[in-house]
Amino acid sequence: MLDLLAGFVTELRNAGLPVSLTENLDAMEAVQHIPIEDREAFKYALGATMVKNNSHWRAFETVFEVYFSIRGPEYNIADGDTDLDEMWREMQEQLRQGEGKGTQGGSMDQLTPEELAQMLMSALMNGDQAMMRALAKQAVQRFAGMEPGRPVGGTYYLYRTLRNLDLEGMLEKLMEKSREEVGGELTPLEERLEHDEYNDRIEQFKKEIEAEIRRRLVADRGAEAMAKTLRKPLPEDVEFMHASRDEMQNLKKALQPLTRKLAARLARKRRHGRKGPLDFRNTVRHSLSYGGVPAEPKFKYPRPAKPELMVVADISGSVAAFARFTLMLVYAIQGQFSKVRSFVFIDGIDEVTDYFKGEEDIANAIHRVNTEADVVWVDGHSDYGHAFEVFWERYGKDVGPKTTVLLLGDARNNYHASQAWVIKEMRQKARHVYWLNPEPKSYWNTGDSIVGDYGTHTDGVYECRNLRQLEAFVEKLA
Amino acid sequence: MAQRFESVAQVRQGLKDVNYLADDGIAGVAFLADRLDKPVLVEGPAGTGKTQLAKSIAEMTGSRLIRLQCYEGLDESKALYEWNYKKQLLRIQADKNSDSWTEVHDDIFSDEFLLTRPLLEAITAPDPVVLLIDEVDRVEVETEALLLEILSEYQVSIPELGTLTATQIPMVFLTSNNTRELSEALKRRCLYLHVDYPSMEREKEIVLTRVPEVSDNLADQIARIVRSIRQLDLKKAPSVSETIDWARTLVLLGIESIDAQQAKETLHILLKYQTDIAKAAKELSVDK
Repeated sequence: MLDLLAGFVTELRNAGLPVSLTENLDAMEAVQHIPIEDREAFKYALGATMVKNNSHWRAFETVFEVYFSIRGPEYNIADGDTDLDEMWREMQEQLRQGEGKGTQGGSMDQLTPEELAQMLMSALMNGDQAMMRALAKQAVQRFAGMEPGRPVGGTYYLYRTLRNLDLEGMLEKLMEKSREEVGGELTPLEERLEHDEYNDRIEQFKKEIEAEIRRRLVADRGAEAMAKTLRKPLPEDVEFMHASRDEMQNLKKALQPLTRKLAARLARKRRHGRKGPLDFRNTVRHSLSYGGVPAEPKFKYPRPAKPELMVVADISGSVAAFARFTLMLVYAIQGQFSKVRSFVFIDGIDEVTDYFKGEEDIANAIHRVNTEADVVWVDGHSDYGHAFEVFWERYGKDVGPKTTVLLLGDARNNYHASQAWVIKEMRQKARHVYWLNPEPKSYWNTGDSIVGDYGTHTDGVYECRNLRQLEAFVEKLA
Repeated sequence: MAQRFESVAQVRQGLKDVNYLADDGIAGVAFLADRLDKPVLVEGPAGTGKTQLAKSIAEMTGSRLIRLQCYEGLDESKALYEWNYKKQLLRIQADKNSDSWTEVHDDIFSDEFLLTRPLLEAITAPDPVVLLIDEVDRVEVETEALLLEILSEYQVSIPELGTLTATQIPMVFLTSNNTRELSEALKRRCLYLHVDYPSMEREKEIVLTRVPEVSDNLADQIARIVRSIRQLDLKKAPSVSETIDWARTLVLLGIESIDAQQAKETLHILLKYQTDIAKAAKELSVDK
């Protein structure tokens, strides 16, 4: 047990979760109070003692599944056929009674795919959990075509299984069936609710399949090897430039609480600055209660000026995601700045501040930026030089001593002229000029990247590959 | 030390008896908190019953609830203890002539002149108590340090008096709305519990227990609509307490089953932003 937990903790740390020694000890103590057979309770006991941040829960869950998946009795791979058979027989009973149609009794392995689909459908219809789990097992066994020792990831098997099940079509059929049951049309509200309900159940079924595949892989390869392949970066460590669609979704979810935290922190920082000069009026007012003796000096709170922000972002393919996140973050905390103006470019440049004005939904505005902004000048390949030149010509007069300019991009200029003099002049007029680069530092100034040319004229070039780095930078800024 | 709970199932049942429907995670962590004598840090979206959990545990165990509401600027004298200056002054003046200085000095720093604040009170209470430190994320990072001694050792050090150790270890719940990251030191000392929006079945149960007048059918419908709304991309998703409010409203209006029109008209109870209401109304009435 001790060894198992030690391995588990090591894996958690490898996955990036900060598990301290005391937390480890707590976990050891906690599991003594929990019956080991109760898997759920066991999981929560470990979770409560070792995971102190909700966004890490998913990573924890994955590691937990891998380490303890084949260790519970009810999760054994070999068994399950017996109760499955039973269920199958019951099912047939019902069928016979319901439709008066006799089917051959037998074990589940002999089912035709159609029958399997039918069973799945009725399980989904009734939300029968045990049935769904059994079916997931069966489906994986049948469709995934897993072979021991084959070096393929779990997603491949998942894809194979799902392709054979056609869950999309299943959803349609389920909807039709429930329409039939009511006898006619559903109202739009009911329709929507049913749809969500079935969607939810199908999601659940997919999860069962995933878990089943994972169990089998662990049995095949062992927990340590499996954990390594499943290791995913935490949301705040996902790189903007290489995020998959799923990771993007998670990033978006992580962004919202993060901006809230950031805004609260910045507001607090602003209020709790050092003490300001003596507030004469206030001091005299308070001296009245001491008979005119100014016993309690009052001070003015300093109110540091909020910076004005200009965001100039490259939104060409490779760095678009990064620009989007930075814009989202900046607009989510725009209360911390006196004014935010944003510009986007590829080889032409366009101001997009208006898209964010009066729009409560930032995502919506970002979408408009991507579709409506006029950013292509010649061929739609990044041309930083031209974009900066035009920016300086058109908006340069608005850059003043209060303005902080943020330049976002990888500075991959496709070997056009750099026009770095723009940045130099910009810095002379502006309060600060910063460059944020989503590329790893080791790639800077390789190939057509000329971030060094621009960087020398700025107040700093920062590597912003993930949310963590972006957050740290923004906090410094305001 | 006697344990309060026997098993996870018992905690769950006990909470259910006082109308709090816990899931396995909540009951499990409450059970562990008792066994390990550790405080519980409860995090989660607003309105999911974090504070209520502490209240219900208190009710279930028959303990007194001591609550410390945190806010910016909370300090020692409001959270821990304070000397009763006026009384001390009176004491000194009362027998100006009789006592020697040393006697007075020892006397005025005794229990009699100590004003206990929630944290100290929880420690020194002879009867069983549940300590609730509400919205701990509102205090500054520096003030958090105040809590550390009491959370790990269940004791309070007062320079003039020495260290006061707990006579019985109270159950401690800290709630946080996650507006800022709490310090590692605080997190390390606590068990962590994240309370999220409940599953549809649990939400239905909650509606049924909290609003007994509601029919089973209506509760089911309510839970399903709320789940669908939560799936939308909203500024503020409806909380459990808002769901309960909505159920009450529907009961008061005498509605037995909700149609799209009625749902639309009462949406403002669930959602508090105009854009959210518009979005939800659109999504609910139009099939995709």
